[in-house]
Amino acid sequence: MSEKYKDQYATHLKKAKGLGSAHEGTDHWMKQKITAILNIPLVLWFVWSIVSLQGASHAQFVTWQAQPTNAVLMIMLIISVMYHAKLGAQVITEDYISTEWFKMLKLIGQKIFFLALGIMCIFCVLKIAFTAGI
Amino acid sequence: MSDTTNKVQRPLSPHLQVYKLPLTGLMSISHRITGAGLVVGTLLIAAYLIAAATSETHYNTVMSIATSKPGQIIMFLWSFALYFHMFNGIRHMFWDTGRFLQKAQAMRTNYVVLLCAVVATAITWGGSTFVEFMVVLGS
Repeated sequence: MSEKYKDQYATHLKKAKGLGSAHEGTDHWMKQKITAILNIPLVLWFVWSIVSLQGASHAQFVTWQAQPTNAVLMIMLIISVMYHAKLGAQVITEDYISTEWFKMLKLIGQKIFFLALGIMCIFCVLKIAFTAGI
Repeated sequence: MSDTTNKVQRPLSPHLQVYKLPLTGLMSISHRITGAGLVVGTLLIAAYLIAAATSETHYNTVMSIATSKPGQIIMFLWSFALYFHMFNGIRHMFWDTGRFLQKAQAMRTNYVVLLCAVVATAITWGGSTFVEFMVVLGS
């Protein structure tokens, strides 16, 4: 249905169901909140871990990181933090960059950046987890 | 084409250059600044994990940078930015439910957020190290 007819026939309920002018937004907000809530325990665990790992040797760190609980929590932290960062960086770019083509380019670049960084980190955790003690 | 040189002199509303931000405003922009700063923190996590997964030599290099004085100052600022963003983020969640939105409540919770961030940073670093960093940052 074209925009013209949608405006004409859509009920108020349809319009209110989370779709503003950009036809998204509630979704972005919800994802930001869910990752934010998830980040709280994960980040506290992470900071506590980093503090207890200060000055740890390579062998000590690898042994720690290879523990299933630590490996899984670290991967969850990476996913949640990278996703939260991607959403936050997106809003900053949308707010401050007004040149349309540059905004689009930057948004795509940021997406690829956080995706690549996240995959890189997860791969490293998995490599450590699967090769520790070999 | 209209003559663009002959513009109507309209009054301009005061903007950031002439407007002193109240604490609530400073906290708001700080949330965004710390958020952007924490992206740099994700790069540090990546550097640490990549080094550890690569070799012991790489790991030792990263660990020696992290435990050096400049490295520790960066870690200290990182931890404060993290706690600030976290506690202010929690306040945002309260705001989302319609609580604490009055000006006076926002002002009071400004101090709660700042206090929580400072206390959490102090707990993380231990009393003496925290004071030491505050002296280094102050000088």
